[in-house]
Amino acid sequence: MSEAIRIDDLHKSFGANEVLRGITLAVDSHEVICLIGASGSGKSTLLRCVNLLEPIDSGRISLFGQDVTGPRIDANLVRRQIGIVFQAFNLFPHMTVLRNVTLAPTKVLKTPPARAAAEARALLDRFGLSDKCDDYPDRLSGGQQQRVAIVRALAMQPQIMLLDEVTSALDPELVAEVLEVITELAAGGMTMLIATHEMGFARDIASRVCFLEGGTIIEDAPPAELFTTPRDERTRRFLRRIVQAKRL
Amino acid sequence: MDANSPVSPGQPAGSFVAAGRGPRLLGGGGTGATVVSSVSTIVVLGILVAIILLAPGARAVEHAFFSPTDMWQSFIGNPRKGYYSVGAAIWLNIRMFLVAEVLILALALLVALIRQSASPALFPIRILATGYVDFFRGVPLILVIFALGFGVPALSLPVASSQPDVVYGVAALVLSYCAYVSEVYRAGLNSVHQSQVAAARSLGLSKSTALRYVVLPQAVRNIIPPLLNDFISLQKDTALVGTLGVIEANKAASIYSETVYNFSSFTVAAILFLILTIPLARFTDRLIERDRRRRLAGGNR
Repeated sequence: MSEAIRIDDLHKSFGANEVLRGITLAVDSHEVICLIGASGSGKSTLLRCVNLLEPIDSGRISLFGQDVTGPRIDANLVRRQIGIVFQAFNLFPHMTVLRNVTLAPTKVLKTPPARAAAEARALLDRFGLSDKCDDYPDRLSGGQQQRVAIVRALAMQPQIMLLDEVTSALDPELVAEVLEVITELAAGGMTMLIATHEMGFARDIASRVCFLEGGTIIEDAPPAELFTTPRDERTRRFLRRIVQAKRL
Repeated sequence: MDANSPVSPGQPAGSFVAAGRGPRLLGGGGTGATVVSSVSTIVVLGILVAIILLAPGARAVEHAFFSPTDMWQSFIGNPRKGYYSVGAAIWLNIRMFLVAEVLILALALLVALIRQSASPALFPIRILATGYVDFFRGVPLILVIFALGFGVPALSLPVASSQPDVVYGVAALVLSYCAYVSEVYRAGLNSVHQSQVAAARSLGLSKSTALRYVVLPQAVRNIIPPLLNDFISLQKDTALVGTLGVIEANKAASIYSETVYNFSSFTVAAILFLILTIPLARFTDRLIERDRRRRLAGGNR
């Protein structure tokens, strides 16, 4: 299996606040890695660093064997390979669903508009959104919006998908439809790095689960192991709190 | 509330309704409200008109400002008697406004983008842009018009110093309004959430593509009402260009009054400016109202 993402000793601070304190992580192609941990543990920042949305302070990030943190890297080229979906959807409110999906393919990949639209319709159809093409995002439910956001990222045919707590802003009854989409992506072999609070989902879908606390990966293990026999006391404490909150 | 309650759904319960008919906001709905607002409008206007008509100098004012003959004469003009047509001169105001507006929309955006830029290489230009905005927002427009209209020709530069006065006037309008409008643009750019930029960039869009397709359309939508407000003001301020001797509506009216010793020409100019600005003002109101409703309705378009 080839290595999709390699992160070495990654450090990142916002002012005096060091959010990532030496993250080292390797993700193989077709692997699904779930990042768990309390809010503020660094999960989102880690994802944003991989997508080069945040400049890093030190360390190295390589994608498919190529260092992307060097000075002569075209961030736009890197980002084409990586789709990211945000907690708050971040759809473009002034564009229809279809236009949201076709914008990047037509402007970045220079796909002819007719072909981009056809591909977008096919993708939207695949995720049950074909009747929403001409709607504006604010007419959609949160679950539908998040599925559109996923489709928008997929339209760029990325090699890797980063999902940043994509169900956290949804009403409980809308979580399932989004998780279904992600499960389908995983079944299709998509390499994914997923920050999530849905422990049950992580247990079902992940090849490996990483528990983060204070900007470091405390424990990195297959879900069966991490959720049943966590080795580190901090992991055990976190999972106990989750169980008490009836989230597992 | 039980099913047989006499109060229909959506209406406040009886105990909340004030005794008698309380004043409602204009257009609050219902024929009662319409009658009340019509009556109060007639009363208020009637009192104002009565004050003017019953004033000791009412006759004199009526003759000096509202003489129908003079209004008509100044409207059509009479070159042989030495005065211009105010009605024809307003076209110059309209043309100045249109040219200035197009230039302001483009240049103000440029200034706003320069001020918003983060690149260290642009630092000197950023300082210049900030200085420009500070200066032209602080200096009265009429001084800018004088400075350009009298100063630039005095410099005896090739081309720049030999333009018609109206060009200096429009340039002054553009310089002054650009400073204001660039701040409006800046507010609009800031009103678009940073997460929109992140979403666009994460899809591989370059900075400029993200700006053009994601940030600007949303920014402009947010600032249409304040932009139109500035343009209503610009329409009127074209009258200041008359101080350079350009025969626009206000200058033509002024020439009439000096020739014939009657101010009715100014009334004509005022009416013409109102005919220009009121439609734009109502249009702005409608846009603001539509925007408000859209927000209240949870973003329905």
